[in-house]
Amino acid sequence: MDTQFWLIQAFNGISYGALLFLLASGLSLIFGVMRIVNLAHGSYFLLGGYVALSVIWSTGSWVLALPVAALVIAGVGLAMERFFLRPLGFDPLRQVLLTVGFAFLFQQAALDTWGGDPLNIDPPEALTGSTVLGGVYFPIYRIFMISLAVVMGLLLWLAMEKTRLGAMVRAAVDDSEMARGVGIDTSRVSMFIFALGAFLAALGGAIGGAFFGVYPGLDFEILPLAFAVVIIGGMGSLAGAAAGSLIVGLADNFGKALFPEVSYFTLYAPMVLILALKPTGLFGRD
Amino acid sequence: MKSRRNILIVAAALLALAVFAPFSSSYVLTLITHALVFAILAMSLDLLLGFTGLPSLGQAAFLGVGAYLTAILASDYGFGLGWSFWAVILLGMLLGAATAALFGLFAIRATGVYFLMITLALGMCVWGLAYRWNSVTGGDNGINLPPRPEFGISLANDVTFFYVVFGFFLLTLATLYVIVRSPFGRTLEGIRERELRMRILGYNTWLHKYLAYVIAGAFGGLAGVLWAQMNGLVSPEDVILTTSVDALLMVVLGGPGTLIGGAIGALVVTFLRDYLSTVVHWWQYVLGAVYVLTILYLPGGLIGIPARVRDWRARSGGRGPMNAESVFHSQEGKP
Amino acid sequence: MKGKLTTSFGRALTAGCVALGMGVAAAPASAAEELRIGFLAPLTGPFAQIGKDMANGFQLYLDEAGNNFAGAKVTFILEDGEGKPPVNVRKAEKLTRQDKVHMFIGGLLASTGYALAPVSTRQKTVYVASIPAADDLTQRDSAKYPYMVRTGWTSSQPSHPFGQWACEQGYKKIVTVAADYAFGYEVVGGFQKAFEDCGGKIIQKMWPPLGTKDFGPFIPQIKKDADAILTLMVGPMALQFPKQLANAGNKKPVIGGGTSYDEYVLPSMGDEVIGHVSALQYSAAIDTPKNAAFVKKYRSKYGKVPSYYSESNYTTAQMIHEVMKKTGGKWPGAEKFIKMMSEIRIDAPRGPVRLDEMRNPVQNIYIKKVEKRKLHGYPQDELWNTVIKTYPAVGQFWKYGKADFLKQPVYSRDYPPCKYCE
Repeated sequence: MDTQFWLIQAFNGISYGALLFLLASGLSLIFGVMRIVNLAHGSYFLLGGYVALSVIWSTGSWVLALPVAALVIAGVGLAMERFFLRPLGFDPLRQVLLTVGFAFLFQQAALDTWGGDPLNIDPPEALTGSTVLGGVYFPIYRIFMISLAVVMGLLLWLAMEKTRLGAMVRAAVDDSEMARGVGIDTSRVSMFIFALGAFLAALGGAIGGAFFGVYPGLDFEILPLAFAVVIIGGMGSLAGAAAGSLIVGLADNFGKALFPEVSYFTLYAPMVLILALKPTGLFGRD
Repeated sequence: MKSRRNILIVAAALLALAVFAPFSSSYVLTLITHALVFAILAMSLDLLLGFTGLPSLGQAAFLGVGAYLTAILASDYGFGLGWSFWAVILLGMLLGAATAALFGLFAIRATGVYFLMITLALGMCVWGLAYRWNSVTGGDNGINLPPRPEFGISLANDVTFFYVVFGFFLLTLATLYVIVRSPFGRTLEGIRERELRMRILGYNTWLHKYLAYVIAGAFGGLAGVLWAQMNGLVSPEDVILTTSVDALLMVVLGGPGTLIGGAIGALVVTFLRDYLSTVVHWWQYVLGAVYVLTILYLPGGLIGIPARVRDWRARSGGRGPMNAESVFHSQEGKP
Repeated sequence: MKGKLTTSFGRALTAGCVALGMGVAAAPASAAEELRIGFLAPLTGPFAQIGKDMANGFQLYLDEAGNNFAGAKVTFILEDGEGKPPVNVRKAEKLTRQDKVHMFIGGLLASTGYALAPVSTRQKTVYVASIPAADDLTQRDSAKYPYMVRTGWTSSQPSHPFGQWACEQGYKKIVTVAADYAFGYEVVGGFQKAFEDCGGKIIQKMWPPLGTKDFGPFIPQIKKDADAILTLMVGPMALQFPKQLANAGNKKPVIGGGTSYDEYVLPSMGDEVIGHVSALQYSAAIDTPKNAAFVKKYRSKYGKVPSYYSESNYTTAQMIHEVMKKTGGKWPGAEKFIKMMSEIRIDAPRGPVRLDEMRNPVQNIYIKKVEKRKLHGYPQDELWNTVIKTYPAVGQFWKYGKADFLKQPVYSRDYPPCKYCE
C-alpha cells in the first residue's frame, strides 16, 4: 500500500462524501428546524435523478437538467410540507410516519412514470475522462462532485450566517418558541427549509445519477447512508453534515478497500457508538 | 382500553378465523399464516410504540436473529426438526431478548426521533452482518431450511402449521395483554404520557423502558423462528429496512396501543403486498394512500374507526375526541 | 350498543368471507389441454432490464408458436421476483398454489436459484432454471431437487475452457475482480482451476459487493505486475466498471465472465470495452443462419439485440415445445416431463444443446471479443461480441470427469485457494 494507494482512496472517499453531503445536508437542516426525520428524503434523491433524466431526454441539456430537477423536487417538498405536514401541527412522530407513507407513494409514482429499468445519467463530454497529476489518475467527474459540494456548502454557510433569512433559520433551530416570540414566522421558515432540503437532495440525485444510476429501490438503499451522515455529524448542523459526509465517505471507502467482509458493519457500528455516547452527533446541539 | 364488549368481538373474530381459514384456498391460507407471523412482530412493536411511546425502526433485527438462529440450527446442526422445535422456539426468544438487552444499552437513553434513528442504525447493523458474514449466514444466498419439523404432527402440512402459528399468536396476544394490564404496563403508559412526571414520582423509567424493549425483542425472536419455518428460507432481504418500516406501518395502521390493532394492520399490509400486488400493479398507491389517510384522519388507526363513528354520531356532525392519540402528542423529540 | 356489536362483528366476518371467497373463487382447475407456465423474473429494481429480456425471449417463442404447444394452449403468467429470494419464493408459492401452474421458470440470480429449487421439491412442481447458474443445483445438491431441470448453464461451465484459453494466450499472472456472491465465486473458481492447471497464476482476487456502483475502493488496488484483469460483473455493475477502469488509466488487457459484456448491457457501453474478451454459451454475433434469423426477429420486435438472457428463455420454450410434441399436447405429469426434457436434443440459436445426466446443458462455449463492426446485414457500425474461438460440446465438468470434480468442494470465495496471492 503505497502513498498512491492512500491518495487515490482518500480522493475517492472525499468525492463520495461530497455526494453524501448534498443528500444529507438537507435532511440535517430539516431536522434542525422542524424536528422531523424526513424518511422520504431518499425518494427526493431518486426523483431528482428521474426528473433530471426527463429534462435531458426532452431538451438534451444536462446543464439545464440539474437546476430544473432540483427546483421541481423543491416544489414537491414544499407542497408536502404545506399541505400534509403542517396540518398535523407540531407532532414530530406523526410527521415522520407521514413521510414514510409518501415514500411509498413516490416509489409507485416513479415506477409508473419512468418504468422499472435501471437508467444512467450521462454527464457531458467535458466531464468524462481523467486528469493526471503526478502519475495518478483523477476522474474529472469526481473533481466536479467535490467542487459542487464545496460551492453549495459555502453558499449555504453564507446564507445561514450572513443573511436575515439565515438568521431566522438559526433562531428557529436554537429555540423555536423563542423565535416565534420575537415575531419570526416559523411556519414560513419551516416551509423554506423543507423545500431547500428537497432541493439539495434532488440535486444530489441528479449528480449521483452518473455514479449510482437511477433505479427503483435506490431511494430506500440510499436512505440509511443519509442517516449515517446525519447521525454521526449531528442533526441540525451544517458543519456536522459536512463532517459527517466526509467521515462516512472515507469510512465506507476504506472499509470496502481494507475490510471488505465487514464493510457494511464498519459503517453502521460507528454510527451506533456515536449515538450511544453523544446522541446528538458530533456537532449536534440540544 | 379494552372493554368487555371489545374483547368479545375480538374473540369472535379470531374464532371465526380459526374455524374458516383451513377451508380457504391453499394460497390464502399461506397468506393468513404469513399475516399471523407478522402480527406477532407487530404486536411486539406495539408494546414499544403504542404503550411505551418508543418508536422503533429496527424491530426486524429481532426477527432476523430468531430466523437465522432457527435456520443455522436446522441446516448446520440438524437441530429443531422434531420435538426439539420447542427448544428452538425458546432459544429464539432468548436470543431475541439477549439482542434487545444488548441493543437496549445503546438505545434506551434516547427518546422520540433519536430513538427512531438509533434503532434504525441497529437494524442496519444486523442487516450488514447477515449480508456480509458469509461463513455463518450464507451471505446473500441466505440459508435454506430442511423440511418443517415433525413431532407426532407434521408441520409440513399447511393446515397444521397454520394452527401452530395461530396458537403462538394467541399466546403472544394473551401474554402481552396481561403485561399491559399489569402495574408494569400501566407504568409504561405513564412513561408514554409524561416521562418526566413518572420520574419525579420515583419510577425508574430507564429500567421500565429497557425491560419493555427486551420483552419486545423476545417476541420479535419468536416471530423470527416461525418466519423461518414458514418460508423455508432466511435471507438478508428479510431484515432490510423495509421490513421494520412495514412493522411500524402495521401498528400505526391498525391502531397503536391496542395490541390487536397490530394484527389488523398485519392482515391489511400482507394482503396488499402479497395478494393485491399480483392482481393490480398500482397496489403501492393503495398502501401509501391508506397510510397517509390514516395518519391524517385516523390517529387511532383502523381499529379506532368504530369509536370515531360513534363519537361523530353522538356529536351529530362535529368531531369527537380521539383515542390512542396521546401516543403521538406526548413526544417532544428531545434526546 | 347492540348495533355496534353486530356492525363490528359483521365487518370482521365479512372481511373474512371476502378473503376466503377470493381465495376459493380464484383457484382454477388445471385442464389437460391447457399448459400453465409461471415465469419469475425481476421486473423492478436494478435488474429490471434483464428481467424483461428474459420474459421477452420466452414470449417471442410463444408468439412464433401461436401460444400453442402441439395442441396445448399455453397460459403464460409473469410474476415480479424483484431479484430478491424471499419475494421469488412467495411468488412461486402463489404460482403453484393459486394458479396451479404445471411448471415455473426463471429466476435470475444464483441466490434466487437456490431459493426456488426447494420450492419445486416442496410443491412437487417442475422448475426450469433457465438462467440461475449456481453450480451445485445440478452438481452436489442435484439429488435434493428431482423436479428441477436447468436449460441455461453452470457458472463455471464457460470458465474452464476460458481459463485454458487465457493460458494459451500467454497470460501468466491475472488479477480477478468479481461480484461478491456465489455466481462470482464460481465463475472465478472455474477459471482459476483451469488457468492454474495450465501453468498460470492468479495473483489477486477482489470481491466488490453485488450492486457496487463505485469501484473507487477497488481499482487502485489492482496489482501493477498483472498481465491481465478478469472481471465478473452483473447488471449495472457491468456498465460502470469498465468506464471507471478506463478513467483510472488502465492499460492492461481486460477479460471477463460472460455477463460482463453480454448484449444486455453492450449497447450502452462505449469504446472503452473494444477488445475485451469474454466466454459464454451465447453471443448475438454467432454467424449461423439460425442465430441471424433469431437476432433479426428479436430486434425488430423489441428494438434491441437479444442477450443470452433472451436466448436462454427462447430456447427453453423451444425445448418445452419439443416435449409437448412428443406427448401430443398432453401434460405428462411432472416426473415424466423432467425425464423427457432430459432427453431432448435441439438446435438452438446458440448451437446444439442437450442435457447431461444431471440435467444441465452440454453446449458450445464461445470465446468472444468486443468489436465495432457491421453484422447480420445491419448498416451501422455497432459493438458486437465477435466469436473468435468455439469449444464444442462443453459439459459442466469440462475434462475433469464427474466423479473427480464432485469430490472437490464447490467453488467459493476461498476455493480454489489463492496460492499465489501475496
